[in-house]
Parts: sequence; structure tokens; C-alpha cells
Amino acid sequence: MLSVQALNTEYVDGNNVRVRATRDVSFEVPAGKLFTLLGPSGCGKTTTLRSIAGLEKPVSGSISVNGITMYASDTDTFVPPNRRQFGMVFQSYAIWPHMTVFRNASFPLEVGAKKYTKREIEEKVMRVLAAVGLDHVADRDATRMSGGQQQRLALARALVMEPKLLLLDEPLSNLDAKLRDKMRFELKRMQRELRITTIYVTHDQEEALALSHEIAVMKEGQIVQKAAPRDIYDLPNSRFVADFVGSTNFIDGTVRHGEADGGNIVIDSAIGTMAVANAVECRDGEEVVISLRPENVLVHETREAAQGQRNVFEGTVHAKVFLGETLDFQISVNGQIVLARVHPSHKTPVGQPIWFSVDPASCIALRSERT
Amino acid sequence: MELTTDVAAGAVRRRRVSGKWFIIGGAIVVVALLALIPLTFLFWQSFFTPQVADSPAVATLGNYVTAFGSWRTLHTLLTSLRFAFGAALVSFVIGTVLAWIIERTNTPFRKLFYAITIVPLIIPSILFTISWIFLASPKIGVLNVAFASLFGISKPLFNIYSIGGMIWVDGLHYSTMAFLLMSAAFRGMDPSLEESSLMCGAGIGRTMWRITLRLALPAVASTILILFVRALESFEVPALIGLPVKLQVFTSSIYEAIEQYPSQIGLASAYSMLLVVITSACLYLQARVTGRNERFATMTGKGFRPRVVDIGRWRIATVGIFVVYFLLLVALPFVVLLWSSLQKYYRSPSLDALHHLSFDAYRYILHLSVLRGAVVNSLVLSAGCATAVMLLSAVVSWIVIKTKLPGRAFLNHLASLPLVFPGLVLGLSFMIVSLKVDIGIYGTLWILLLAYITRFMPYGMRYTSTSMTQIHKELEESAAMSCATWTTTFYRIVLPLLKPGLLAGWIYVMIVSIRELSSSVLLYSPGSETVSIVIWELWQNGQYVELSALSVMLVIALLALVSLAQYVGGKFGVKANHR
Repeated sequence: MLSVQALNTEYVDGNNVRVRATRDVSFEVPAGKLFTLLGPSGCGKTTTLRSIAGLEKPVSGSISVNGITMYASDTDTFVPPNRRQFGMVFQSYAIWPHMTVFRNASFPLEVGAKKYTKREIEEKVMRVLAAVGLDHVADRDATRMSGGQQQRLALARALVMEPKLLLLDEPLSNLDAKLRDKMRFELKRMQRELRITTIYVTHDQEEALALSHEIAVMKEGQIVQKAAPRDIYDLPNSRFVADFVGSTNFIDGTVRHGEADGGNIVIDSAIGTMAVANAVECRDGEEVVISLRPENVLVHETREAAQGQRNVFEGTVHAKVFLGETLDFQISVNGQIVLARVHPSHKTPVGQPIWFSVDPASCIALRSERT
Repeated sequence: MELTTDVAAGAVRRRRVSGKWFIIGGAIVVVALLALIPLTFLFWQSFFTPQVADSPAVATLGNYVTAFGSWRTLHTLLTSLRFAFGAALVSFVIGTVLAWIIERTNTPFRKLFYAITIVPLIIPSILFTISWIFLASPKIGVLNVAFASLFGISKPLFNIYSIGGMIWVDGLHYSTMAFLLMSAAFRGMDPSLEESSLMCGAGIGRTMWRITLRLALPAVASTILILFVRALESFEVPALIGLPVKLQVFTSSIYEAIEQYPSQIGLASAYSMLLVVITSACLYLQARVTGRNERFATMTGKGFRPRVVDIGRWRIATVGIFVVYFLLLVALPFVVLLWSSLQKYYRSPSLDALHHLSFDAYRYILHLSVLRGAVVNSLVLSAGCATAVMLLSAVVSWIVIKTKLPGRAFLNHLASLPLVFPGLVLGLSFMIVSLKVDIGIYGTLWILLLAYITRFMPYGMRYTSTSMTQIHKELEESAAMSCATWTTTFYRIVLPLLKPGLLAGWIYVMIVSIRELSSSVLLYSPGSETVSIVIWELWQNGQYVELSALSVMLVIALLALVSLAQYVGGKFGVKANHR
């Protein structure tokens, strides 16, 4: 439905130097799906979104929606943003303070190329306001709304003209934690119900994992990995992705056997020999880094309890942090700290020996990317 | 289906886009014309001899030779500098003391005094000057007469017709300007810096001298430069007080050169060029001193809670200062005008004169046929000018702040260029333009309107660009995403969001347009007089009591107008300020 091909953008920074914001960004989003651009600040995700919106003009590449070209450098096509008919929710929400809730939401219908009668406008606006739960405050001043309400109003305004494409620029980042969780569910529900093709930009990996059909992780203007949320989390293709999405342990090692032990590869790691089920292509003797999620580290209080498990290691408890629903153990093995996230019922005190095991299927060997 | 709508949309798009560029291009052209044409003609004219009936104008350097080749010019220059510096200093000292008292001390009734200090801004210079002539002229001055009868001094105590008198009147009137600039500076300062000085054991006096004033140094320098330029441009005081006793400054020399026969427009232009060079240099320096950072710092300096110093028993003294200030600036001038307006012919106040009070002057003024036209002219001009200036500067500051168009900084400079023109010089430039290029506007209201718009465009820019920087760009982008065209966005989003700034600027430009005299005095003709011009003519005719009657009515009308505007502005502004 949306197709972005070889998109290159530049901007001029404070010192009049041209900086490349995105390089050869390409992706396709099927109709009805929610596609997330995820990355740290300055990775080019917002620039990509603004290029799709038409608020920024790329240097080269092409953008098309439903087969209609919105931007193409080779034919010099550029459809201005107000002709693209996309809905967009801005990071600041950009609610117009001089209008009521209703007027904010009805604005797109009043100014668009397509003309509506007064009754049609009223009907559509009230329907969309009801959908976001703001129909009872329609006549209120937009400035007198809470952050969550403003966010919903921004969403209503973006949806009211039934856009072909919905663009969301960090829509939840200005909300407090509780509200953010709630809005996350609501956003997901509405997107799935309306089946509206959505591009979502965020730096929050939890949001990305929770909402998306597909995620593209960006770094320094390029897409590093593009996959479904589970694959991004379980099978990151690089150290950067594994680190950015969720928290993880990195353990350095060298490949001993590339293909042995029932499909696992065997790695001599800093904490001992380890069998790993997933790996990027690698040769024997190559240096790799193992990514191990804290929740996949199984902790055992005695050596006996660890019997029969694969990849068992012994260490000492370095520190403990109680987080309520979970307990974080920092386990020291051969001078390396391994983080384990366990059920709070574990009681081993700091300084005592502790054992842990790792299922080969839940770790992945990545290129060490050492320079 | 999809294709056909897109084609139709394309056609619409082309038309609308041209609407955007039509407005933007139009604004740029208008600004460039207004800013550059007068300057160009002035420069050009300064190299020509005057055109008289039998001989056409010829190119010459004679104007500059005459202007710079005589000791008189040097004398004029020195008098100008003395006058401007003196007046700037008087304004600055009075204004700073008042600003400190209001912003930083616990003097009672501060709010009331703050409101009162706005009043002198409304009173036209010419009225203030005339009222001080009534107060302190050596022969008829009320103060002199009063002191003479009280203490039996035979020699008059005050002589307004002196360089000191000029400095006093001009400096006193513009002390409110200094007050406003300095109180903004005081407000933008972090009070904890002062508090730490107090904690170190320094007294209030020493803290003010060593910390407060030093922190305000950039603001002080910039304020003094602004006041200096303003005093250089001053026309009313030099013309009314200086000219009769041959105390000539540049503005009065320019005026004299034009008023003599045959009028020496070339010579006036040469003087003007010199004056423009001086004011440009000062304003350039002022911009450098202020710098961009500071301008934005004062804008965002909201977090500071103004710190109030407890000055104890000195509060009586500070209230006293206010009372004296109010007397000198508002009460005495108004009372003396009121007194003289109730006379048949001008007399100093006395018991005898009290028996001869009459309303004849008012009757005369109300039946003055020229006045009705003048009032209409003033209202039409000031409302037209304020509207045009605010709309123009809204578009221009949008271009300067919101776009990345190349040359936008230059456009900004162009729009502020008229600041270097003293009103009289601007009037002269427009006079030359309309004499050289016959577009049929000489002697009409149009030329006055153009001159006013040019002169007050920089003020409008100041109001709109401050407000414009506060509009988040996403507010416009979301309108574009809502399929609104640029014109729709500008009309429905940008202008409403600018409303508080637009309204405040509109009121300000309206007031200064009504007061305007120094440009108008060269551009008016019978039929296009403004109220200020009528006062000017009455003064020239020596009709002092009639003039006083008109002045009293004008002051009351202006006060009413401003109060109304503030009230209306408050009502409309509330919602937007709520943000």
C-alpha cells in the first residue's frame, strides 16, 4: 500500500553543513498494517515520517501510496502535504489553542478540497469524537484538556477525514507512564478495528513491540533490521538491535564448532563453553558476541537443582535489585556480570554462590562488531 | 476514479499555490519599495540644486559643500549631540529610578503608578512641549510667575528657551520610554544574583550599584542608544523651543531649509543624509550590544519571580518621587493647558484672571471647519496605518521566522530600515518621491498613509515577530496535514494565534499614528490635515487659548480611546493568553 524506495534526505545544520538524515531507506507497508520506525534520537525516523507526510522534501527516492506517486525524484513529482490526505498526530499534538474541541476536529473537513455539508461535518466529527471518548467535551476549549485528552483529540482530528494513511510521530512520549500504557492499548484497538494503514515513529521499544505488525529498527539514517516484533526481540540481527530493543547480556566468545551438537554451535565464551541455537553466519574460530536476555537466565539455588539443564554456570551473587514484580540478580562469573531477571521468591543472599542455566534456543550469537 | 480526483486536485493546487506566492511576493515587494525608495530618492536629491520655475535642477555637490563647509554645520552638529545626549541621559536616569522602584521595591501603590506611567506615551509631543512653554517660559511661564510672586525674585527662575530647557522637556517626556525598556530589563534578571549579594553582606545601595546595574549593562547601553537616536530625531522640542532662539539642531535645520524660499530641498537632503548616517551607526551598535541571544532570553525569562526589596521608611521617599514625577509629567502640563483653554486670551493664573473664565475657546474649536476633516483624517489614517502595518508585518515576520527562504534575514533588515529615518527625514523623502514621480498622490491622504506605514512598519514587526516565534511549527504543519492550503492556514491558524500580539501592536501603532507630526508637517496640504497638524497651525498662528482647548479635548479623547482599546483587547486577548 505504502511503498518507500531508496529514500535519501538531507538537512542543513546550524553551521550550514549539509547532513544526511536518511540513506537509501526502503520499505513496503501492506494495507491495514501498523508499521513502526524504531530507533534512538537522530536516527532519521522522524525525517522519514515527515518525508512521507510531505512536510520535508527528500533529495532522492520515491514514495507512493496505493500506486499513486507522492514523491519521485526521477520525475520531479512532489505532492504538497495538504494534497496527500494523510492523517498525522504530532509529538506536541499541535492542538490549536484558539478553537474548541469540536472545531479542532472539524477543521480538516472544513478546509479540504472535498466539500461537506454542515450536517455531514457534524455527524462525522461527533462520530470520531465518540470513538476517542471526547464527545461529551466537544464544546470545551481545547486548552482546557488534559494531556491524554489532547492526545485523543489529535488522533480524532487525524482520523476524521478517513485518511488513506495515518502517521504517528511519537504520540505517546508526552504522557505520563500510566496514561501511556492505557493509550497504548487504545491505539492498538482502534488501529486493528479501523484497519487503517499506520506508520508509527517511536524511540520506545516497548511501544514498538506492543503495537506493531512490523518494526524497522533504524540507526544513523539506515534501516538495520525489519521484522515482526517477536523476531526483532528474539532474533536480532546485530548487536545494536539486541541492545536497543529490550535489555540483554553480551558475552564475548569464539566459535569452536560451527555445526555440531544437534544443530547448535559451540562457543568458548568468557563465562565458559556454551551451546547456542541461533547465530548469524560464522566460521570456526570467529569472534562473536552472545546476546542473552535476562529473563532467559534460569537461576538455581543449588547445584543439584540445575541437574539435567544445558549450559549450566556457577557464579556468585554480586548485587540484587527488587523491582516488585521481578527480582534482578547480578551474577558474577569469571569477572563478567550476568544479569538475570527472576521471580522475586528467590532468596540467595549477596556474596553466596549461585547457579544458572541457559536454553540454547533462547540465545543468539552475533557479530562482535569490535573495531 | 482516484485518478480523476487527483487531476482535479492538481488543477486546484496550482491555483492555490500561486495564491500563497502572490501574498508572500506582494509583501516582499511592498516592504522593499517602502524601505528603499525614500532612501534612494533622498540620496539622489542631495546631489541636485533646487528646481525653480525658470531653471531646471542640475547635478551638484554644492549641497554637501554648503552643509559641511560651514562652521554653522559644526555648530549644529554639536548642539544636536549635546541636546540628544542630554535628553537621553535625563530620560534614562528618571526612567531607571522609576523602573527600579516599581519592579524591585515594596513601594505602596506600585500598580497604580505603573498604569499612570503609560499616560505620557499617549500625550503627543507637541502638546507636552507647548504646555512646558506655558509653564517655564521666562515671561509668561506659570512657574516663573508663581516663584516671582512667592519669593519676590525679579529674574525669571526658569528659562525654557535654552539648551537646558530643551533637554529637560524632551528628556522628561521620553522618560516613560526609558522606564518601559528598563523595567523589562529588570524583570528579565535572575533575582537570586542580587540575593546572593545581600547574603554576602552588601547593602541595598551597594547591591544595586555593584550587581543590579552591572547585570543590566547590555540593557543599559542599548536603552541609552535608543534614547539617543530618538532624541536626535526629535522635532517638536527643537522646532518650538529651539528655533525661536536660534538653537539649531539637525531636524530644525532641515525644516528651516525646506520652509525658506526657494526651498533648499537639496540642502535639507544633505543634512538628512548626515543624520541618517549617525542614527544608522547608533542603531547598528545597539543591535550589536543587544545581540540575538538576549532578546530571546528576556522572552523566555518567565521562570524568575521578581524579587522585591524591603526599603523600609524610604517608601515615603519613593512615593514622593512618584508624586513629583506625576506632577511634572502629567498634572502640571494638563492643568496649565486646562487653565489657558478657559481664557479669552492667554494670561497667567491670577485671581483677576479667574473672573474671566470662558468657554469661548472651546466654542471656537468646535466650530473650526478644518477640525472636523482633521479628526476624520486622523482616525482614517491611524486605523488604516495600524491595520496595514500589522497585516504586512504578520506576513513578513512569517517569512522571516517560519521559512527557510534565502535572503529572509535581509528582508528582516529591510523591514527595520525605516528605524534610521527621523520622522522629518522620512517626510522629506516622501515629499521628494511624490514631487519627482507624478503618481498623483501628493497632497492627498495617501502619501501620509504611505509615510506612516513605512515609519511604523518596524514597530509592527517587533510585535508580530515576538508572537510568531512562540507559535510551534507543528501547529501549522497539522493544518497542512488536514489538507488546508497555505492561505487557509495563515488565515485560520496563524493570524488567530498571533491575535494578542497583533492587537497590542495595532493599538500601539494607532496611538503613535495619531500623535505623528514630524512626517506629516512636510506632507500635508489643505484638506489632508491631521489633528496634530491643526495644533501645529494654531501654534504658528499664535492662537494659544484655542490650541489649549483643542489639546484638552484631544488628551481626553486619546485617553478614552486607549482605555477602550485596552478593555476590548483584554476581552479578546484573554482566551489566547490562556495558553
